[in-house]
Amino acid sequence: MCLAIPARVVDLPAPDVALVDIGGVKKRISLALVDGVARGDYVIVHVGYALTRLDPEEAARTLQTFAEAGLLDPAAP
Amino acid sequence: MKYIDEFRDGDLARTLARAIAREARNARSYNLMEFCGGHTHAISRYGLKDLLPSNVNMIHGPGCPVCVLPIGRIDNAIDLAARPGLVLCTYADTMRVPASKGRSLMKAKAAGADIRMVYSCADAVRIARENPGRDVVFFAIGFETTTPPTAVAILEAAASGLANFSVFCNHVLTPSAIANILESKEVRELGTVPLDGFIGPAHVSTVIGSAPYEYFAEEYEKPVVIAGFEPLDVMQAILMLVRQLNEGRAEVENEFTRAVTREGNGKAKSLVAEVFELRRTFEWRGLGEIPYSALRIREKYRAFDAETRYGITYRSVPDNKACECGAILRGVKKPTDCKVFGTVCTPENPIGSCMVSSEGACAAHYTYGRFKDVGVEAVGAPATETAQ
Amino acid sequence: MSGVVRDGYVRPVDFKHGRVDMTHGSGGRAMAQLVDELFLHAFDNEWLAQRNDQARFTVTAGRMVVSTDSHVVSPLFFPGGDIGCLSVHGTINDVAMAGAVPLHLAAGFILEEGFPLADLKRIVDSMAAAAKDAGVPVVTGDTKVVEQGKGDGVFITTTGVGFVPAGVDISGDRARPGDAILVSGTIGDHGVAIMSLRENLTFETTIRSDTAALHRLVAAMVAAVPGIHCLRDPTRGGLATTLNELASQSGCGMVIDERRIPVQPQVAAACEFLGLDPLYVANEGKLVAICAPDDAKRLLASMRAHPQGRDAAIIGEVTRDPHHFVQMDTSFGGRRVVDWLTGEQLPRIC
Repeated sequence: MCLAIPARVVDLPAPDVALVDIGGVKKRISLALVDGVARGDYVIVHVGYALTRLDPEEAARTLQTFAEAGLLDPAAP
Repeated sequence: MKYIDEFRDGDLARTLARAIAREARNARSYNLMEFCGGHTHAISRYGLKDLLPSNVNMIHGPGCPVCVLPIGRIDNAIDLAARPGLVLCTYADTMRVPASKGRSLMKAKAAGADIRMVYSCADAVRIARENPGRDVVFFAIGFETTTPPTAVAILEAAASGLANFSVFCNHVLTPSAIANILESKEVRELGTVPLDGFIGPAHVSTVIGSAPYEYFAEEYEKPVVIAGFEPLDVMQAILMLVRQLNEGRAEVENEFTRAVTREGNGKAKSLVAEVFELRRTFEWRGLGEIPYSALRIREKYRAFDAETRYGITYRSVPDNKACECGAILRGVKKPTDCKVFGTVCTPENPIGSCMVSSEGACAAHYTYGRFKDVGVEAVGAPATETAQ
Repeated sequence: MSGVVRDGYVRPVDFKHGRVDMTHGSGGRAMAQLVDELFLHAFDNEWLAQRNDQARFTVTAGRMVVSTDSHVVSPLFFPGGDIGCLSVHGTINDVAMAGAVPLHLAAGFILEEGFPLADLKRIVDSMAAAAKDAGVPVVTGDTKVVEQGKGDGVFITTTGVGFVPAGVDISGDRARPGDAILVSGTIGDHGVAIMSLRENLTFETTIRSDTAALHRLVAAMVAAVPGIHCLRDPTRGGLATTLNELASQSGCGMVIDERRIPVQPQVAAACEFLGLDPLYVANEGKLVAICAPDDAKRLLASMRAHPQGRDAAIIGEVTRDPHHFVQMDTSFGGRRVVDWLTGEQLPRIC
């Protein structure tokens, strides 16, 4: 229900503030809810706040799961 | 956009669609409720129904904080905005929700109230700082995703002694709503709403974790799969639910592992606990009074509570008799079952909240899906073949 | 004003620090001076030089086109343009969408008392530059001043006239089942550029408004395919609204393919985080064209050959549909309706 999107942290201009990039658009957001965020991390952003870090390994694993649904697929090439 | 586009890939969609079609057994139906309005929106916007076999039914749940906000609370917000000199800051989602006597925040703004749409509650704090001579109230709505930012805003206001800032708190809780549905007559006794499993909310779960759903899976023996926001996430979650149901399991599984853990965001949870406490009861539009389902501001931070500051009294206002939002929010009826859907009640002239919010079941169906009601066959079939 | 009254010293208009006041609209000397030093100076053409209240010109035999548009955009200045050039482009485009050659513009200004003359000069100079670039002069105009609080700085109304060459019959009701639907470039640019400046939304982006006069692109298109059925520029309400208008006018349906619709990555990203749909976001320099299926390839080539049509694409086709629905095949593989815009598209958090 809550519109939140992954964004890449490109700068940390002030305590608890990050400059994030989403597809080339940049916005300043608050890091008050997440500790230990570094440049290059991806965070999920909702109403101007980072809610959590996004785990790139888990993301890759999830995409792999989607692709594997096709391994048992008789219709797949 | 990274971590977005990959999760919208059309080829993977077809792969998952075929897997679901293969594994869904013809002999039964799979009735799955997507609790979260964002999932309702995704299903409609991407036309996911076209990719599912006919025995997999998606039921729209009440996870739309705008849809469940009672008319009386919007009336309160409009009354606040009418106070001379007061600035009401709100997320744009609430602007068009119909309140009593045909009023809305949008109309109040047109009549001269100082109502400002903000993207973040931090903007409301800034406006309060920039206008020390005026009272600024932030109209806080939302489930557990949106509550931590409000907590941070109040803590910041408290730390800097921002005396002209307060919050009109309408934050609500997800597990309470799920319990309410599972406890409803239609589900528990009558079986008129066959409900086999849930797609759990994406971003609420980043905050509260997957643990709170374990109670439901165990107590009501219904599987829950927490799904990310993108259409591939939703399809994968549907596949996981189908598998659980086939295997007779009722567990909590997490599809959204890239952002959700069992424990959730401890820091966010503790900040919320610092600022808010449970209300004994709260009225939800369409669902009635639900105990321990909403939050109010603690004694320690009462100075920032608009309800106390302005002596707001809540008056319950019943929905228009013809409006079926309540039944629709509980999954008991579909938008097309409502007599006024698409005739009197349209996005231009919404009667109930399900039509106002773009995630509301009625708005989603009207905007994206109603062409299917009239049996329109366009020239040429959809671009990809449906799950065969 | 030559020689009848002896010219004394008249202090030049203070464009640096001056502000519009009620005398500028009163019809007296102050107004004449503003008209002279600002408008006539900027627009500078033979018609205005005559100083009449109207402009005379010879009419080409055939069908004339006239169109008018009022401009109330806020903010007045935005990345890629301002209300001035917007008002010139907008009306030129409305005339051009009939397949017509725009000839002249008229401009009416409603100025708010207190509006800085520096901003007004900037706007008028921008209009003059746009008109000159387009080769469509502003030949007559009017100025009024309203009291402070009764206007949003400046409102501009432009009216344009043009003529339609023989053999060209472009109208919104001419779409037929089987026709191809084309768009001239990326959608949503203008709306996102404006939104990035809204007070409580600010985000950093390099997106600029696409505001542009499209009459030369149209001329190239008409030369390649004189039998174009429909042309329209999708402004407020976005591509979706324009397609619904055309479908409704022509009594048809449409099916478009999401994957073929050109959107700049930053526009897509801005729409993502605000919860907006690019299909409904405003454009000011794009057009939609509908033509017979056999003409589609040639029309597309003529658009792509023009700098304003580099990213042109065929996005769908017109269908037989008594309900006039515009349907879209999503990038994901499902199908959905693309409905009319409801009210104003607002950012959302849910």
